Amino acid sequence: MMLSQMITIVLLLAGAAFFLAGTLGLLRFPDVYTRLHALTKADNVGLGLVAAGLAIQAETWAAMGKMALIWLLVLLASATGAHLVARGALRRGIPPWTAR
Amino acid sequence: MDGAVNAAAWAFDALLVLTLLWLAWRVLMGPDLFKSIVFFIAFGLVMALAWVRLRAPDVALAEAAIGAGLTGALFLAALSRLAAGERIANAKRPVENSDTGKSTRPHRGVRMVFIAMSALFFGGLAAALLSLPAEAPGLTIQVAENLSTSGVSNPVTAVLLNFRGYDTLLEMGVLFLAVVAAWSLTPAPKEPVSPPGIVLASFVRVLSPMLLLAAGYLLWAGTHAPGGAFQAGSVLAAAAVLLLLSGKDMKANWPEWPLRVVLGLGLGVFIAIGLVMMLIGHRFLEYPLDYAGDLILLIEVAATLSIGVTLAALFLGGRPQRDERK
Repeated sequence: MMLSQMITIVLLLAGAAFFLAGTLGLLRFPDVYTRLHALTKADNVGLGLVAAGLAIQAETWAAMGKMALIWLLVLLASATGAHLVARGALRRGIPPWTAR
Repeated sequence: MDGAVNAAAWAFDALLVLTLLWLAWRVLMGPDLFKSIVFFIAFGLVMALAWVRLRAPDVALAEAAIGAGLTGALFLAALSRLAAGERIANAKRPVENSDTGKSTRPHRGVRMVFIAMSALFFGGLAAALLSLPAEAPGLTIQVAENLSTSGVSNPVTAVLLNFRGYDTLLEMGVLFLAVVAAWSLTPAPKEPVSPPGIVLASFVRVLSPMLLLAAGYLLWAGTHAPGGAFQAGSVLAAAAVLLLLSGKDMKANWPEWPLRVVLGLGLGVFIAIGLVMMLIGHRFLEYPLDYAGDLILLIEVAATLSIGVTLAALFLGGRPQRDERK
């Protein structure tokens, strides 16, 4: 197995682990703000790792650039989405969870 | 190795089908309309994935952009207008079916009739499906044979704009009628004045030029690769919806008559080209070989603009109100 393939496999598995952690956080965290935190942080890094792993296998620079662009656009969109959901929740008066 | 890949693909497809069925169930059976819409959007995205698995990237693009994205936005807009009128009525609506739920549910006998009719319809469809030959090439061979006469090299575009141009013409007509109907029913609601906030505003500022670029690319790519007027138009509409959501008041910035011209442009150009072809001795919508590619591109440009503006106008949800500030 070539080195580049091994790097890809490690990156994809690491990405999958972040997605798993994000999903767990979505299911288990106590309120909307902490769930958002789990989702956006984990998915951004997870998608970044997956995109990086696939970009190594890309055959052209253009394909590599597209993967990077996809990751950047998703970063932008998910950060904005998380902000909007959190802002909407705050405006509705949902109090952030605090440890008792 | 091949066996393992096949098994993985099979497992993925099975998971996809089960997820689709579960999502469809949640869309239809949930008592909470907002949740139903969220499930509907998820359904559209998974459906797009299913189309990719069926190797139909054109349909996948259309499903993701129109089915999940814009239809979802339309549903949410409709829900917010419903909520504005019925907020008090819905405030105490229980999530579970209890005594208030009963008043909106039809009588048991009526429901039985509906269930029987649906079962009959489903049975008929299933019987029709099972009676089809297992290996049906459809018209693939005829399309491939005649592709060189269509003026484009993407078989999907060849079918949509040339071989079955009538269908697309009528689809444009349906979209046009939808806007006419929406405008006849009601004026657009006065937007609630809520400042979009700096994050959304700058996000839209970054994204909208990219959406325009993507729409142009999809339109151009449609002649030789997956893409085309409907996909490009829906990306255009997505840009318009984002601009509307971020507080750009297009009703004030866009006088009425250009809006109406662009709304009718796709249908108008389509019909005009068809009629000109009849005048110069062809049949309706039969393009001469030398100009077929150009004519198709012309129709697609007009259709893209119309579809984009039509979907955005539907999102507005009524005829634009005359600006009183003049």
